[in-house]
Amino acid sequence: MKTLEEINKIREEKRKELDLRVNTKADTREKHILVCHGTGCTSSKSPKILENFRKIIEEKKIENVRVIMTGCFGLCAKGPIVIIRPEDTFYSNVTPDDCEEIIQTHIIEGKTVDRLLCKDIDGKIVNSLDELNFYKKQKRIALKNCGVINPECIDEYIAFDGYKALEKVLKSMTPDEVIDILNKSGLRGRGGAGFPTGKKWSFTKGYQADQKYVVCNADEGDPGAFMDRSILEGDPHSVLESMIIAGYTIGASKGYIYVRAEYPIAVKRFQKAIDQAREYGILGKNIFDSGFDFDVEVRLGAGAFVCGEETALLESIEGKRGQPRVKPPFPAECGLWGKPTLINNVETYANITRIILEGADWYSSIGTETSKGTKVFALGGNVNNIGLVEVPMGTTLREIVFDIGGGIPNNRSFKAAQTGGPSGGCIPSEHLDTPIDYESLKQIGSMMGSGGLIVMDDTKCMPSLAKFYLDFTVSESCGKCTPCRIGTKRMHEILEKICNGQGTLEDLDKLEKLAVNIQRGSVCGLGQSAPNPVISTLKYFRDEFVEHVVDKNCRTLECKALSKIVINKEKCKGCGLCQKNCPVNAIEGAAREIRYINQDKCIKCGTCLTKCPFHAIGN
Amino acid sequence: MEEKMITLTIDGIETKVKEGTTILEAAKVAGIDIPTLCFLKDINEVGDCRMCIVEVEGRRGFTTSCITKAEEGMIVHTQTPAVNESREVMLDLILSNHPQDCLTCVRSGNCELQNLTKKFNKTEIEFTGVRYKKAKDDLSPSIVRDPEKCILCRRCVAACKKVQKIGAIDTVNRGFESCISTVGNLSLNDVNCTNCGQCIQACPVGALYEKPTTNEVWKKLRDPETYVVVQTAPAVRVALGEEFGMPIGTNVTGKMVTALKRLGFDKVFDTNTGADFTIMEEATEFIERVNSKGTLPMITSCSPGWVKYIEMNYPELLPHLSTCKSPHQMFGALVKTYFAEKEGIDPSKIYVVSVMPCIAKKFERQREEMQNNGLYDVDNVITTRELAKMIKQANLEFTELEDSTFDNPMGEATGAAAIFGTTGGVMEAALRTAQDILTGKDLEKINFEQVRGADGIKKATVNVNGKDIKVVAASGLANAQEIMEEIKSGKADYDFVEIMACPGGCVMGGGQPIKSSKVRREVDVRSLRANALYTIDEKSTIRKSHQNPILKQIYKDYLKKPGGELAHKLLHTHYTARPKYKLEEK
Amino acid sequence: MGETKRCPGCTGKDPFLEELCKKYEPIKDNLIQMLNEVQEHYGYVPTKAQQALSDYLKVPMAEIYGVITFYSRFTLKPKGKYNVAVCLGTACFVKGSQKIMDRLKERLKIEAGETTKDGKFSIEETRCVGACGLAPVFTVNGEVYGKATVQKLDQVLDELGEKE
Repeated sequence: MKTLEEINKIREEKRKELDLRVNTKADTREKHILVCHGTGCTSSKSPKILENFRKIIEEKKIENVRVIMTGCFGLCAKGPIVIIRPEDTFYSNVTPDDCEEIIQTHIIEGKTVDRLLCKDIDGKIVNSLDELNFYKKQKRIALKNCGVINPECIDEYIAFDGYKALEKVLKSMTPDEVIDILNKSGLRGRGGAGFPTGKKWSFTKGYQADQKYVVCNADEGDPGAFMDRSILEGDPHSVLESMIIAGYTIGASKGYIYVRAEYPIAVKRFQKAIDQAREYGILGKNIFDSGFDFDVEVRLGAGAFVCGEETALLESIEGKRGQPRVKPPFPAECGLWGKPTLINNVETYANITRIILEGADWYSSIGTETSKGTKVFALGGNVNNIGLVEVPMGTTLREIVFDIGGGIPNNRSFKAAQTGGPSGGCIPSEHLDTPIDYESLKQIGSMMGSGGLIVMDDTKCMPSLAKFYLDFTVSESCGKCTPCRIGTKRMHEILEKICNGQGTLEDLDKLEKLAVNIQRGSVCGLGQSAPNPVISTLKYFRDEFVEHVVDKNCRTLECKALSKIVINKEKCKGCGLCQKNCPVNAIEGAAREIRYINQDKCIKCGTCLTKCPFHAIGN
Repeated sequence: MEEKMITLTIDGIETKVKEGTTILEAAKVAGIDIPTLCFLKDINEVGDCRMCIVEVEGRRGFTTSCITKAEEGMIVHTQTPAVNESREVMLDLILSNHPQDCLTCVRSGNCELQNLTKKFNKTEIEFTGVRYKKAKDDLSPSIVRDPEKCILCRRCVAACKKVQKIGAIDTVNRGFESCISTVGNLSLNDVNCTNCGQCIQACPVGALYEKPTTNEVWKKLRDPETYVVVQTAPAVRVALGEEFGMPIGTNVTGKMVTALKRLGFDKVFDTNTGADFTIMEEATEFIERVNSKGTLPMITSCSPGWVKYIEMNYPELLPHLSTCKSPHQMFGALVKTYFAEKEGIDPSKIYVVSVMPCIAKKFERQREEMQNNGLYDVDNVITTRELAKMIKQANLEFTELEDSTFDNPMGEATGAAAIFGTTGGVMEAALRTAQDILTGKDLEKINFEQVRGADGIKKATVNVNGKDIKVVAASGLANAQEIMEEIKSGKADYDFVEIMACPGGCVMGGGQPIKSSKVRREVDVRSLRANALYTIDEKSTIRKSHQNPILKQIYKDYLKKPGGELAHKLLHTHYTARPKYKLEEK
Repeated sequence: MGETKRCPGCTGKDPFLEELCKKYEPIKDNLIQMLNEVQEHYGYVPTKAQQALSDYLKVPMAEIYGVITFYSRFTLKPKGKYNVAVCLGTACFVKGSQKIMDRLKERLKIEAGETTKDGKFSIEETRCVGACGLAPVFTVNGEVYGKATVQKLDQVLDELGEKE
């Protein structure tokens, strides 16, 4: 147990000690080697890197150097990442074998290990994180502490204003004042639908009950999205602190965080945060001597996308199949075990402490008219800088994909981006300049979603993409209501037909009719949004669908049954390399003459395409 | 407190309803019949099938009318083009995943999906595709499950898990692969199913039905070597008429007997006679237990679903269970002994068919203990529904048949026996007899109103010969569980407990005519059928089992005395603890 | 309270299940938590564990079976010695993970969710293991292989196949 005074003292002392983390001119002789321990870098052996550093430092008896694990820095594509503070040197693609050289050259000799410096997309070698284009247009609020602090150390969190917002709320604010700040800040739910957070809190507060609950939705199911996981891995206390504030505000004494069991690191770090907070008396009875009690428990998901839907999540916490409930009543009135329940997602909570401390005006000055603050995106797919980005609302898609993401690799061109995962829609190049906010995305047929942002280049087939998403929905549908259970299956069957070359124009109408009725008829958000990828691809890439059903042609070669590989007579020089490499002898023609492909034999493997030195083969 | 009325507008019609009414019910008041499929009032209110969707002004998306309460000033549209299109697509999707063999389906003519298809004037399926495939389970002697016909309404699951608190079946898998199944896809025969058949009553289509055994009956009827005897349970006669379009609760005893005779049964007897024996034996056993300070409370044993339930779930309470066989088993045993002897028929040539409102009796009749000299007491059990089918197969114009009476020498029964078919009836009949035996008088008090009515648990204290006897009658296995927990924990001080597995008793048994969700929400089927039984009782000249002249005769000539040695051999049984699941580790 | 925490289905039979029942209160809410531990311990959810949980939590076995078959993390059969999981999340899909999955099925001659006859390999489809920066990825018993290609998969399978 720590008193408030003791915690404030930790903050003061620790902040001084950690100044070098955020201040390149910090007055210190210490050096901190920060090793990213997000899931991405951990997968590429960053724990081994940390271990090696520590071993070498011990062996060489080097003083004043500490090796720290941190959360995600964001630029996962360059991982594993090591940063040395206070000088902020940024080493990318580090391997465990590089540790020796970094210690010797950087720490002992004071020189930079040039070969490990990162090359930006424009070819420029950068020394520090901030010089990267990747970071220039970002603004970190929810990710503020990610990559700065050791997420497993509560003192480091406290050093950077941790639990100060909670103190402020418990000591000087009424629940209504908290709600008022949230309302004025304009914060909206980051889970996807964008419901105003203050309103949600005030509804839940408004219902009288002997017991209420606060729930954190960390069941990030959108495949290819890892925002929430990164926050939990990099800064778990910020989420925990906001949950306690929520408990105080709505009048709940118990909280649950529902995390995917597939996120073992996040689970471990959050549990550790809970344990530490309990130890300090920040969770438990009579927090900060305010008379307010609150505790939090971790509940694990077990692999069901639908449990990201709030009522399905509640069912799952209750130990049942994660089948959504019909709304109304909403959880604010009748939630966990029938009690009023506040559910917000991880990123929403991660914003709240900053709003409390810096004020509603500060927060609402960021973003657009209707969408305030920032949004974290997991940028992936065919883009150079795969990683985690946080940008002010209103940033355009073009800025994210090209300025931050560094554009499309392999000299290909941008075809579309998908936001909102399987519930969202694809955005074609003509909408690249759309500002990212809730309303604009909805207007062009997509949605904010939780923050997955997958970029696709021109080698991607849109009917196949639609089929991919429907495949996901079909296997993740809970099976409760008719439209989602059978309707999505029928849509998937039609898309399969189209990709197999058996589709008709009538099938496109059927798809549209099914889509509309599944949207309208389904019980929950999963079903209601399941047709979105089909609707948006049909809207923006209808010609490609028509090509599939009328011309029986897939321009990308992704649909094997529909791709026809041909040799361009103008370009063929008759070298015969294609013929030599064809595994099924489908290429015919005499030596030094123009070759042609026997379509009956061709299996569309694409080998000839890669072998032709003159780019004469295509579809 | 006065109920508050609210006013709402449905399709432009101003409608006044009580507060708490659903939009679906309110629409009915406005003369609109909103289609439903998964909805089963008070049992399955989940909003899964999406047939009942409507638009409510000011609300985003469609509203599920079966579970959404009407509100003051609400403006509801039940027939917009969007609503109509979506409902039709929902129906289309369900049909696309349903076999198209209506003509040969057990539920043809009484299928809620078929009726909806008619209602929508739907003549073809737009969104065809692959159908869910899964094998039939017909290993249970009582219930057949055909998962391919299942439309995932989950009414059966609610009946099993919520109403009966059994949970033998549940939804398994996810998405398109979802289905209703047992643990490990075992047969119903190998899990905690009690064979009560409430799932069949809940099923809107042909995915659940009784194991049909009428073919064997036909075979025996055509076999000149076999002496075929039929007996009919009390609850059959007040429901059979429904299968021929007669109003619910019509007593068709006379027509039923005529029909059975026309079908060719050699003797048409009344299970009610067996019920009178049950009362004699049970009342005697009860008095014996009271006098000898035996295990109390004594619990009735005439509901085979209940018997299997207690064997699986409360084996430690089995000593409480009366050792009496159920009425039709007693009766079967007497047919193959007393009757055979008296008529000079080789008992091995006798084939006893029981017509029952119950499908658990199909299981009961083949229990090892239900035999005497290597012969089963009863050879076949068919349900009320199956009897109706046989009558139709025989081209009989049921509603036009003359009345006739049961055959003798075993065709007479009392009013006490008739009310066996409804919850509280066994208790009431037993009390009538017990009080006379204890006082040695013919008491005038006959009706025990405290144990009548719709309540799932009915408790009463009755004074018999100066002694207070605490009794309770419970129907439905969820209620049975409550009473068992009371007994187990030692909190109960009952003397006599009546349990019926089916909520409402045998009149609502799993073998009775199936009523659609709509009928069940608009008509109180239970009380109509039960009242018909009480009417039979009231009109009977003899209303106490021990006064049944046939019974007296048989005790005098053959069994000697109630609870005597022969009575024990023929009319009593024993029970064994039974595992809930037959599992093998793969 | 001590008495109610006894697990009637497994006492004296399986120390793990007995410990598990001691750890959790006998309330239905704990079902998924307990199943997660069972899955972790055995690598699948054996029938005896289902029965023990049914007895302990007073939940019908059909309902437990319904929960197990709802969540993809729970499996009813033991996985292979090497569980190869291919990420089919969007980021990996866009980078061609389907080709890796197809190759895996072709090599092992089994479908996703199945185990080879010799019990050596099993295939799993996963949705995002969080290593999107390394897409496409597959994992073997949790160890991540990033920037995967068909050749890399072949190489890994060859190595594992020879190991014994």
